[in-house]
Amino acid sequence: MYCLLKFASLFLAVSVCHGWLFGDFVGKQKDLDEISLWPQPQKFQSSAVAFKLSPVRFQIVHAKESSAGPNCSLLENAFRRYFEYMFGDMKKHEKSRKKVFDSDLVELKVWVTSADPECDGYPSLQTDESYELSVDGPSAVLKAANVWGALRGLETFSQLVYEDDYGVNNINKTVISDFPRFAHRGILLDSSRHFLPLKVILANLEAMAMNKFNVFHWHIVDDQSFPYMSRTFPELSQKGAFHPFTHVYTPSDVKMVIEFARMRGIRVIPEFDTPGHTQSWGNGITNLLTPCFSGSKPSGTFGPVNPILNSSYEFMAQFFKEISAVFPDAYIHLGGDEVDFNCWKSNPDVGKFMEQQGFGTDYSKLESFYIQRLLDIVAATNKGYMVWQEVFDNGVKLKADTQIHVWKERPQYQDEMAQVTAAGFSALLSTPWYLNRISYGQDWVNVYKADPQNFTGVCHSQIKIMWIYLDLCFCSSCCFYFVKSPKISRFGEKKTTQRLFTQYTIMLCMLELTSFKEKKSCEVC
Amino acid sequence: MYCLLKFASLFLAVSVCHGWLFGDFVGKQKDLDEISLWPQPQKFQSSAVAFKLSPVRFQIVHAKESSAGPNCSLLENAFRRYFEYMFGDMKKHEKSRKKVFDSDLVELKVWVTSADPECDGYPSLQTDESYELSVDGPSAVLKAANVWGALRGLETFSQLVYEDDYGVNNINKTVISDFPRFAHRGILLDSSRHFLPLKVILANLEAMAMNKFNVFHWHIVDDQSFPYMSRTFPELSQKGAFHPFTHVYTPSDVKMVIEFARMRGIRVIPEFDTPGHTQSWGNGITNLLTPCFSGSKPSGTFGPVNPILNSSYEFMAQFFKEISAVFPDAYIHLGGDEVDFNCWKSNPDVGKFMEQQGFGTDYSKLESFYIQRLLDIVAATNKGYMVWQEVFDNGVKLKDDTVVEVWIGNKMEEELQNVTGAGFTTILSAPWYLDYISYGQDWQKYYKVEPLNFPGTDAQKKLVIGGEACLWGEYVDATNLTPRLWPRASAVAERLWSDKSVTDISNAYNRLVQHRCRMVKRGIPAEPLFVGHCRHEYKGL
Repeated sequence: MYCLLKFASLFLAVSVCHGWLFGDFVGKQKDLDEISLWPQPQKFQSSAVAFKLSPVRFQIVHAKESSAGPNCSLLENAFRRYFEYMFGDMKKHEKSRKKVFDSDLVELKVWVTSADPECDGYPSLQTDESYELSVDGPSAVLKAANVWGALRGLETFSQLVYEDDYGVNNINKTVISDFPRFAHRGILLDSSRHFLPLKVILANLEAMAMNKFNVFHWHIVDDQSFPYMSRTFPELSQKGAFHPFTHVYTPSDVKMVIEFARMRGIRVIPEFDTPGHTQSWGNGITNLLTPCFSGSKPSGTFGPVNPILNSSYEFMAQFFKEISAVFPDAYIHLGGDEVDFNCWKSNPDVGKFMEQQGFGTDYSKLESFYIQRLLDIVAATNKGYMVWQEVFDNGVKLKADTQIHVWKERPQYQDEMAQVTAAGFSALLSTPWYLNRISYGQDWVNVYKADPQNFTGVCHSQIKIMWIYLDLCFCSSCCFYFVKSPKISRFGEKKTTQRLFTQYTIMLCMLELTSFKEKKSCEVC
Repeated sequence: MYCLLKFASLFLAVSVCHGWLFGDFVGKQKDLDEISLWPQPQKFQSSAVAFKLSPVRFQIVHAKESSAGPNCSLLENAFRRYFEYMFGDMKKHEKSRKKVFDSDLVELKVWVTSADPECDGYPSLQTDESYELSVDGPSAVLKAANVWGALRGLETFSQLVYEDDYGVNNINKTVISDFPRFAHRGILLDSSRHFLPLKVILANLEAMAMNKFNVFHWHIVDDQSFPYMSRTFPELSQKGAFHPFTHVYTPSDVKMVIEFARMRGIRVIPEFDTPGHTQSWGNGITNLLTPCFSGSKPSGTFGPVNPILNSSYEFMAQFFKEISAVFPDAYIHLGGDEVDFNCWKSNPDVGKFMEQQGFGTDYSKLESFYIQRLLDIVAATNKGYMVWQEVFDNGVKLKDDTVVEVWIGNKMEEELQNVTGAGFTTILSAPWYLDYISYGQDWQKYYKVEPLNFPGTDAQKKLVIGGEACLWGEYVDATNLTPRLWPRASAVAERLWSDKSVTDISNAYNRLVQHRCRMVKRGIPAEPLFVGHCRHEYKGL
């Protein structure tokens, strides 16, 4: 019950702003114990009144007012998936119960309110994932601006359903209003160090949807193997995969991943990391990698992508042209981490180039030189890009909408977050969440305790975390100053965001409170 | 080549003793690279001469001289199992090739030499697991005293078989003479912290056989749940299991585990840990546990088994009578670890009893009092017993054939010295608590342990009869048990089977990578050691 009490105080704080009523917030502990929502919704109100759900009577349907209908295959699919989650285990009785009891819930109406439900669209960073859910007999109503919010609400609805002692599905009278704190909530999987069969990736997309994750960061290639089958450069996987037939992702595999993810409101952001982490690329593409030297002779080994050859950039231009067409998301992750300078240092041609360019012996300048040209190439494909933090640390000039991916433990990620955001870039945090680093015991606790905004923002400069506009007014005692940042203003011009700002009173309240907090904390600073 | 050179020196050293001839020990690197035996046999000699195995022609048969024949279902079963491991993936051609080529191996003859092959017996601590294997066209011969050695040899034979670039099974001309360094090579699984479905246990028995483990230490009950369904006291699981129907081992389940293990030469030693670790027992048996007191009143909570009541001992006598009948192995593990004295201290009746017995305030004397009586009860069932080290440390009088399990990492060498110094046999598990996971290749840590690396006489070292890899169940259930255990436990398998001198990490790495892929090919979702891939990847999810 600890949990609920915590909410109570939380909601109390909020209710002051929006006048929510919590009059019936008195539940029998026993009933409410059955419910375990994850992640916890922003606003949640439940009572002990329970309704029964019959597998032969209960239906998920489009609300009459909804802009989405039976043609919306994304929702039709989701309806069936969540029905299966809720009733899959139950034996279906052939004969329908004729009587509907007062204590039954017979349908969930899904009401998409926007003119365009986005049935055939892709989720994006700007996607509005908020929804409102009201459960009361005989009907429950799920209201969302578009299918993406509806997907999140369906997950929540299915989590509200619990089995009683007789194995009958029950749901309590509930009102939920929910939206994500952060817009980018991702899982990175690495299909290079080991090949991941398609079904493992798909199963994890399922699990992501169950946890309301919305980004699959596909670290698809690396030193060890190149399983991505490129149409433009088939030799990359032909020679760079562990096996050219059994250990590759064909174009149709990739399509299936993207579509499977889309059906669950998940963006697929591929990472093609360069100039380091590219050993496997070298197998297929001659002269792409820098030949390392041992004394005055080539040693036979290779280093990062060769930054001094025009052919490298020509290759990248063609390659990323394909990638930008294959992956529909607005962002591509370009990596840029952990570039080892030893090979460059050993190569006399690279040395000459350094001299010509006036880089002295600062190889991070050469790295930046490469990245700068790569970014320009990718920008020309009209994609945005994400990069690992080194690219920012090295002072590469970045587009304003670049997302900096903070992953290092040193310097402290809190400092890095402060620097990145102070420079006006959007930041994405992974440092505390390297789940491959296993340890004994309940390591989820520390994972849980990390807070991406737990750093000291710098006042009187442009600070933003792209997602902060969704932050709650009662969050940490940080001193954020973000509203006037060009990024957020630009968001504000877009329709979806306007909706977001106008549809919910809580958002308005939040803005007021935040601007108040802004003044206050800046004084403190 | 690195790998082979190591072998060469190993064999050289060995050959001095046994006069083995290594005349034809000249292999093409390419062929021998394919071979990755795990655990490494004691003596191994291989040449580059390769024979092909055809799935339609190759057979495993009883040798004419063998004392075992088609009636030996244990072997018949094993023949089919290993045939499946070797040829399962291959499409079977309906028509047999008519011609046998000189380069073919057409049969493996299994020759059991003892008058009694022990087909229907159970393996024991005294079992002779040695075998000799000779592979040469057109026949291979596997010679062993009994079925147990034959099982080990079949595993080795199947590991010698490798696929060439055309997917054809090959085997090189080979002579192997092998035996285990330690007689007790165990895996502990814990079915109390989480219930382990039968199929998870059976899958791990399969994996154990692939690694030549021979003891399944079944930590079947503990504080958290009592899944063992007792005929004598059905209320134990009725009230002590997580669920009385879905989370229990019925008598037939237990039988199946024992038989499945027997077919693979694996002993099943159940552990019923008392007097601590018994919270779940108290649900079904009233007055078995000590009532704890808060001041002068019972607090409603319970502590260890109540050592001051005769009823406790009467219960134990009946209970262990059943256990000794259900489990055929000569040993039962009686636990005896981590007894918390706080509850006993709080209980005024226990206090009086301590006074009467003249124990003063030394509660370890009370613990020993309980254990002593329990040991006598179990000894009366004609079973031997194993105990955790605390029982020895507390000075309980033990039967000569007691096996003391050393599990506390701190001062492990000293403990081994003391236990063996007192003349008791011991097994080591302290360095092999595989439930303690960490990032990276922790198998190397397990691999580097030398069990006899403690000060003591040769006679003392002989008393170390083996060890166990323990996977306690706090964070393990059916979802993650198998990949968490394998191939990390394989490191322990080689340490306990192979010669003391087999310690080269990079050689082990190369073999273990392939051994892990072999387990994966056989359907065991063993986790990877590091980056890479398997020719036959895991097909499950």
